[in-house]
Amino acid sequence: MESSTRESAISASSSGLVAASRNGVTWLRSWMRAKVYVGGAIVLTLVVVGTAAPVLAPHDPNAQQLRRTLLAPQWFGGTHFLGTDNLGRDVLSRIVYGARVSLLVAFAVVLISGLVGVTLGAVSGYFGGKIDFAIQKSVEVVWAFPPLLLAITILAFLGQGLLNLILALVAQRWIQYCRVVRGQALSLRTRDFVTATRALGASDSVIIRRHILPNLIQISMVIGTFAMASAIISEASLSFLGLGVPPDIPTWGTMLADGRTYISTAWWLALFPGLSIFVTVLGINLLGDALRDIFDPRLKRTGAGL
Amino acid sequence: MASYLVRRLAGTIPVLLLITLLVFLLLHAAPGDPASLLLSDATSEADVLEARQRWGLDQPLHVQYLKFFTAAVTGDLGKSFRFAQPVAELIATRLPATVELAAFSILIAVTLAVPLGVWAGARPNSWVDNLGTSFGLFGISMPNFWMGIMLILLFSGSFHLLPSAGRSTYGVVGAQETGFYFLGSLLGGNWPGLKDALLHMAMPGLALGANMIGILMRVTRSSVLEVLHEEYVVTARAKGMAERRVLWRHVLSNALIPIITVAGLELGTLLSGSIIVETVFAWPGMGSLLITGVTSRDYPLVMGLVMMYTAAFVTINLVIDALYGIIDPRIRY
Repeated sequence: MESSTRESAISASSSGLVAASRNGVTWLRSWMRAKVYVGGAIVLTLVVVGTAAPVLAPHDPNAQQLRRTLLAPQWFGGTHFLGTDNLGRDVLSRIVYGARVSLLVAFAVVLISGLVGVTLGAVSGYFGGKIDFAIQKSVEVVWAFPPLLLAITILAFLGQGLLNLILALVAQRWIQYCRVVRGQALSLRTRDFVTATRALGASDSVIIRRHILPNLIQISMVIGTFAMASAIISEASLSFLGLGVPPDIPTWGTMLADGRTYISTAWWLALFPGLSIFVTVLGINLLGDALRDIFDPRLKRTGAGL
Repeated sequence: MASYLVRRLAGTIPVLLLITLLVFLLLHAAPGDPASLLLSDATSEADVLEARQRWGLDQPLHVQYLKFFTAAVTGDLGKSFRFAQPVAELIATRLPATVELAAFSILIAVTLAVPLGVWAGARPNSWVDNLGTSFGLFGISMPNFWMGIMLILLFSGSFHLLPSAGRSTYGVVGAQETGFYFLGSLLGGNWPGLKDALLHMAMPGLALGANMIGILMRVTRSSVLEVLHEEYVVTARAKGMAERRVLWRHVLSNALIPIITVAGLELGTLLSGSIIVETVFAWPGMGSLLITGVTSRDYPLVMGLVMMYTAAFVTINLVIDALYGIIDPRIRY
């Protein structure tokens, strides 16, 4: 009952695309295209920068130059384009390497939680009964945690580390896929094409793999895009709190945590890593918005990405 | 309605039970033994054993869990390792700060986002709409702790307008005894205290509320857009009602359900956001206490706070569900 009120409530907020299209389809199309281009360009840049970090970074991100600490950005001519931090490490190089961690964590979290969530959601919705009950109870338990708190709790007990961080974020993230996919699977289960396949003698696993899952790909992609944006923010937040990645790996979050101490004298330490997070997340959100509009304007009903 | 709420309440009990079990198990999955972590290396073997005994760490797991659970139910969350004070007491002193900050953020978010969303939704694709929508996207993409840092850089660092940390200025008398500095000063007519509390709350409140502003604005906009095409809106206009009255009375009140739902869902994000924002602004609330607990491996404190947060979140969800029936009489349970 609870979920049905919530879903019906959310369903009232559909995308508004219908109304907007009355005013000008052309305008809307061009805006959508702009979203895809801008978002896509930002994400592509991140991927390139992340993978080619050793080539692109002008300096070793961990090389300390204790005689050249807290240098202001040298826009023209200098060797430290975005300045240096309190240990004389090159800020630009650290940001470039930081992209790597953000990318790795975000992709890992989205893929693993997608795999877990979609599978459990499909199984839960398709089979129903006791399996459904057990899976939905665990969803409820995770759901009872404010988003970042579960990750903080897990990391508090397991300690820092890249793997622990990914695990902690997956623990929170999979329920989003699970809830949406379960609902879809529930409705797909009774569709004619599934009944027909079953009548032809197909097994449950064939039906799930060949007929249910392919129908869930689009919706999962949209959830995945938004999940990626929030995984990047979560990773940065946890690293900022000193719970995420160990301090010897440069990340945007740890850079902000270190830079915060020097906020009154070295503004660049607080500005650039945060700007990197913001622009990246903005790009992914733009892409997600566009994907949602393209795939299914009514997808907002499921609350994906909210 | 009442029976529905009772059923929902009963449904949350097993969930809370499972959470205590989960947190308890995590504690024991943690590498290293709390006793040896807490005591210095110089402590003798016998003293470590004695400490383990004192904290009950030498007993079998299920006995420890039962003890922990029965104590927790009666409000005894154990004693903090670090502060050597009952956890429940520590939480109680920090709770008002977090509640006040969260309430203030919600207030900022709602007063900014709802009018902006209605405005944007009433004129889709106008400049107001474009500005509002971009603003919303910015709010959603902004990491709240970075926003906090930027606010400090700007308003404390450059303009010296606002205090960058804490809840009050030393020497300014607020309503210290209740812990609600803002509310206490307001009710007691203590204007210097009120101003001081407000100045301290402005930046953390905005940083914490930014995400919610973005999301609420988007939801309000699309919800208003949807309702605008309902027939009763056409009727209201047809009978000559002023457009402003149509918008604020008929449209908004019917667009409220999704807004409230999302606001409720966002409260969870707000709660976890407050953990980080409190750390940025050295705000003496539950969030900064949690991080202190985590970094000093103060397990009883962390467990107590985690249970406090989840219980609060579950309660909020319950209240939101109850609200539906009040806002929209068409919803029956």
